[in-house]
Amino acid sequence: MSVIDHILGPRLEPDLVRKHALRFGLPGFFLLAARVLLLVSLFLPYWQLELHAPQYPDNLYLIAYVNHLEGDVAEIDTLNHYIGMRPLEEAARIERSLGVYILIGFVILLELASYIHTRWAVLLVLPALTFPGVFLLDLYLWMRHFGLNLDPEAPLSTAIDPFVPPVLGKGAVGQFETIAMPGPGLWLSIAASGVLILALYFHRRAYLPLLRRQKEQSQKEQGN
Amino acid sequence: MKRRRRGTWIGLGVVASLAALSTTVAGQSLSDVQKVAKERGLSTADLLAAAKTYTPSGMIDEYLIFSSGGHSGQVFVIGVPSMRLLRTIAVFTPESWQGWGYGTGNEILEQGLVNGKANLWGDTHHPALSETNGDYDGQWLFINDKANARVAVIDLRDFETKQIVKNPLTLSDHGGAFVTPNTEYVIEGGQYATPLGSTFDTMDNYQENFRGSVTFWKFDRKKGRIDKERSFAMELPPYWHDIADAGKLVSDGWIFLNSLNSEMATGGIQDKKPPFEAGASRNTTDYLHIIDWRKAEQVYKAGKVEMVEGFPVITLETAIAEGLMYLTPEPRSPHGVDVAPKGDFIVVSGKLDPHVTVYNFNKIQKAIANKTFSGKDPYGIPILDFDAVVEAQVEVGLGPLHTQFGPDGYAYTSLFLDSAVARWTLGGSYGAGTPEPDWTLVTKTPVHYNVGHIGVAEGDTVAPDGKYLVSFNKWSVDRFFHPGPLLPQNFQLIDISGKGTNMPVLYDMPIGMGEPHYAQIIKADKLHPWSVYPEIGWDPVAQQMDPMAPKPRMERVERNGSTVEVYMTAVRSHFNPEHVTVKEGDHVIWRITNIERAVDATHGFALPQYNINLSLEPGETATIEFVADRAGTFPFYCSEFCSALHLEMMGYFMVEPRD
Repeated sequence: MSVIDHILGPRLEPDLVRKHALRFGLPGFFLLAARVLLLVSLFLPYWQLELHAPQYPDNLYLIAYVNHLEGDVAEIDTLNHYIGMRPLEEAARIERSLGVYILIGFVILLELASYIHTRWAVLLVLPALTFPGVFLLDLYLWMRHFGLNLDPEAPLSTAIDPFVPPVLGKGAVGQFETIAMPGPGLWLSIAASGVLILALYFHRRAYLPLLRRQKEQSQKEQGN
Repeated sequence: MKRRRRGTWIGLGVVASLAALSTTVAGQSLSDVQKVAKERGLSTADLLAAAKTYTPSGMIDEYLIFSSGGHSGQVFVIGVPSMRLLRTIAVFTPESWQGWGYGTGNEILEQGLVNGKANLWGDTHHPALSETNGDYDGQWLFINDKANARVAVIDLRDFETKQIVKNPLTLSDHGGAFVTPNTEYVIEGGQYATPLGSTFDTMDNYQENFRGSVTFWKFDRKKGRIDKERSFAMELPPYWHDIADAGKLVSDGWIFLNSLNSEMATGGIQDKKPPFEAGASRNTTDYLHIIDWRKAEQVYKAGKVEMVEGFPVITLETAIAEGLMYLTPEPRSPHGVDVAPKGDFIVVSGKLDPHVTVYNFNKIQKAIANKTFSGKDPYGIPILDFDAVVEAQVEVGLGPLHTQFGPDGYAYTSLFLDSAVARWTLGGSYGAGTPEPDWTLVTKTPVHYNVGHIGVAEGDTVAPDGKYLVSFNKWSVDRFFHPGPLLPQNFQLIDISGKGTNMPVLYDMPIGMGEPHYAQIIKADKLHPWSVYPEIGWDPVAQQMDPMAPKPRMERVERNGSTVEVYMTAVRSHFNPEHVTVKEGDHVIWRITNIERAVDATHGFALPQYNINLSLEPGETATIEFVADRAGTFPFYCSEFCSALHLEMMGYFMVEPRD
């Protein structure tokens, strides 16, 4: 048995699949569902920041997609320069430029995972599974970096101490109340993570018995 | 919050008549309303008027008045029913808030040079909103300067003046601005007769050499400008011409123009001759001019014109020969000539005759076809027989001036001497809309005082809205605190949504900025103005991007010989660059872009020692050019309070002396 066969795990006989359509269908179905969720999330906002202040009756919005920022970026930058915060475009440049490719990469990995019937599949699923958490962690690190590294030469640098804006929930800067919340894209990727956990569960249920049988068989063969 | 307050106030209107009303907010109950009303001496009618007009914070007005600003040379924009001034629009006169003439709009003001000289005051009279199929389309506004015979074009995307044209033939205009039903032409009728082009002459040659004129300015809607190359004029007899209106629907293709002094009086009180006021009022009638502009356009396009002052003019002779113009008697000293919504009736009032005289367009056409003439004027223009073309005369009161229309068959006429607005009924196909008999006076509402024009919501279009009438009163006498002996005019809002005699005054708005004449009232939702300029680097004069506009991170000062070019940006709260140093005598080209995208984030740019003040709205680019002829150290600063660090938004312009 080659290394590749070892990783791919047992192949299925058509009779067996026909007999247990649901059992062998479910892991693939959930992997497919996760791929669809991730692909759709590419087109939706992952994160949204709402800024409330008396002179902005319609609020200001910052809307983050995997690959770009939308909303009142120019206005928020104009305001941020007073406290010495760097322009938003300078944040997470690499992440934004690679975001779409990374997610497409995840989708390909999930595609591959559906051909692997061993625990190696977990390795291919793991990046997509942890993506929402990694996204929020990255966002937190950037907000922390921006908030703690204010330009000391800025007009209001003496009036505002460095701070870490909350990644989720309410915050306050000057007359602004900020409300950060996940966008539908992030919710979809969280849903994808949930679906992937299900996929792994059903993957285990379908293929572990086969693997065990295979193992027993090969032990028997060695015994002979 | 907004909803609750509005609800409270709607309640207020009902308060006086309804005893029981439960309120929720402490100190805002029905008894509180009654207490305040009693303390301030307000009647039930006053409370009702307040409920109809009070506009709480954040509520937007339903209609907008575009009013001439009279001698202010501007246009005023006023909300209805709140009667709050929203804006003045600088047109013919420098205006320092908008920077008009102080760095912005200079080239447009220069288009209005009179005989090569700057004439920086104007007397705006008649605004005309652009029309599509006889209805306001909310895109453009035209206004004439009666004092200097100029017409301006205002773009209603940014409420700024884009063009001024000076009439080459006449020095004063009163029969403008009026538009044809699809804004094909902007009409400008001259007022006081002079030799065309105003060359020197004496009163002895009045009848031979003096002439009136009406000009048809071609409007190029795509370019948003009057196209002088496709415009023409028509020579008129030396009567003085007052106001005009364009026909619509059945009368589309025609214009109607009032005249006075058909006596061709030449005055001369200093030589014991009858003064103009007597000589020009001797006859009981003057002439309504009826002009076929579509046919005139064909005659112009066929080249049957003479060039006067470089401008194509259809001569009187040609106009008569081609059947372009007819006259008919009208009550003397007329003011309004107003075409009814369906285009079928033309209402004229002469202020010395208590009637409005209503002409029937079909009868006019019949009289022309049948040559039912009662004679010719001294220049050979056929005079249509009065009895053959008139439909009705309605006695409305003393000093009738101008007429507007409601949606239901009522017409409204201002009465200068009675100081009132008359409501009367139209006949014909309009008659069914009103409970009163046709062609009768229904009621008069006193106004305060000496009304000139009136405006009904969309009341001169094919589809009047009714609801509101504004009486543009010349005198206010006792209506307001006297701010010295120069008193404000009084715009009075009248509710015309009821029928019959129900036509109460709702609100007085003092106008202390000039003497408005006519105004038009448009439904606010027909306008779609920009809140900020579409892109950063926008040139409002050209209404497109300025390729030379300074952009962020490209700010710089360039020197080429003795020319210095400044590329500056403005954003809260700094200019960039903040230091500009030149040598005395340098030619400075200074470009500034406001790179803001936030609504209302306007910056000023003031360089007072060089007489410069710009208003830069978000996205706007302006270019100023001057010779740095004054050495010294000159702070420049933002003249609009833009931000908490507004005072710090400044810089230094340093002009190094030449030895």
